[in-house]
Amino acid sequence: MRSLAFIAVFVTGALLLYGTRDFPAWGDPAAPAAQHVSPTYIEKSVEQTHVPNIVTAVLGDYRGYDTMFETVVIYCAGIVVIGALRNWRDEE
Amino acid sequence: MTGEQMSKAGTSGIIVEMAVRIATPFIQLFGMYVIAHGHYSPGGGFQGGVILGSAFILLGIAFNQEMALRYFSERVNSILGSSGALIYVGTAVVCALLGGLFLDYSALDRVLPLGPVEWRSMGIFVVELGVGLAVMSIMTSLFWDLGSGGDLEKGL
Amino acid sequence: MGGFGAEIVAKYNYWIYVLLMMIGFYAMIAKRNLVKKLLGMNIFQTAIILMFVSAGVKHGAAIPILDKHEVLEHGVHAASVVNPLPHVLMLTAIVVSVSVTGVALAIMQRIYRRYGTLEEDEILEKIGE
Repeated sequence: MRSLAFIAVFVTGALLLYGTRDFPAWGDPAAPAAQHVSPTYIEKSVEQTHVPNIVTAVLGDYRGYDTMFETVVIYCAGIVVIGALRNWRDEE
Repeated sequence: MTGEQMSKAGTSGIIVEMAVRIATPFIQLFGMYVIAHGHYSPGGGFQGGVILGSAFILLGIAFNQEMALRYFSERVNSILGSSGALIYVGTAVVCALLGGLFLDYSALDRVLPLGPVEWRSMGIFVVELGVGLAVMSIMTSLFWDLGSGGDLEKGL
Repeated sequence: MGGFGAEIVAKYNYWIYVLLMMIGFYAMIAKRNLVKKLLGMNIFQTAIILMFVSAGVKHGAAIPILDKHEVLEHGVHAASVVNPLPHVLMLTAIVVSVSVTGVALAIMQRIYRRYGTLEEDEILEKIGE
């Protein structure tokens, strides 16, 4: 069982290491991740929202839906913890 | 007091208690600073909320849970957390009702004319405030419930 | 420096994250204790968060907090600021990981109250009885 787990882990790790061959080098300004949409955010967000911190601007405005449901997710987590741990039945 | 006596009495010693008494307001102030300065420095609702929540967690660790609940009752905590989530969704709905898109803060310009771009900045602040309140309340409640097994009496 | 040396300098951070991910994955599938599985999941999440954040780095770039007045007057060159999008995505991922950890710990307390143990095989035995 343990050797099976080792094999699975090493096969996954080897596949991922093989996958890094195609990655751009660390800190490469011409990497695909830095080319597609992020220049637009960097160049336009201050002009469009007057927020100097781009991370806050993207979090609160451009990706507002994401952050809203993020808040809902942690709210649900709090409710689930209360609901799972309280001894509702013992009080009767 | 030895460690065993301390855990029986439910206290962690006068030095720790005094240090926590002094530190707690500053931690809360720092949390509010992080929320309010999310526009100009690293920070925002999530980070500031966690710092605010950690102040209450510190109270719960240094004293006991009863003491922490006397200062910040569970009722107040859940009201603050719910209102935090409500502030976020409410802002979005108000934007939609005022004729903009859902979560389009520039529509709030019709309430108070500051200019649509300035309102997008203000809207982010309102929303971050909601996120901060919700995260603070949930962090505190997670610690209280997980630390005491749900009965909120003894705590860690 | 040969081709492999340049490759190491360019990608060693990703290899470290793969190693971290392997540690977390091993803990998730091979350990019997539920708390250890949860710790493994947290290590796994940390590896992924680190990978995304390091994908946003640009050489010689500044943090994504700009000077408002200067940007409004002169604009900003995209290559001089790191990519802010991975930071935003990972900010939300960290919050999700905290929520998941909280819910998992609550469910574990529930399991412990009912079965008196957190070892996976003992729980399975007690369910089978």
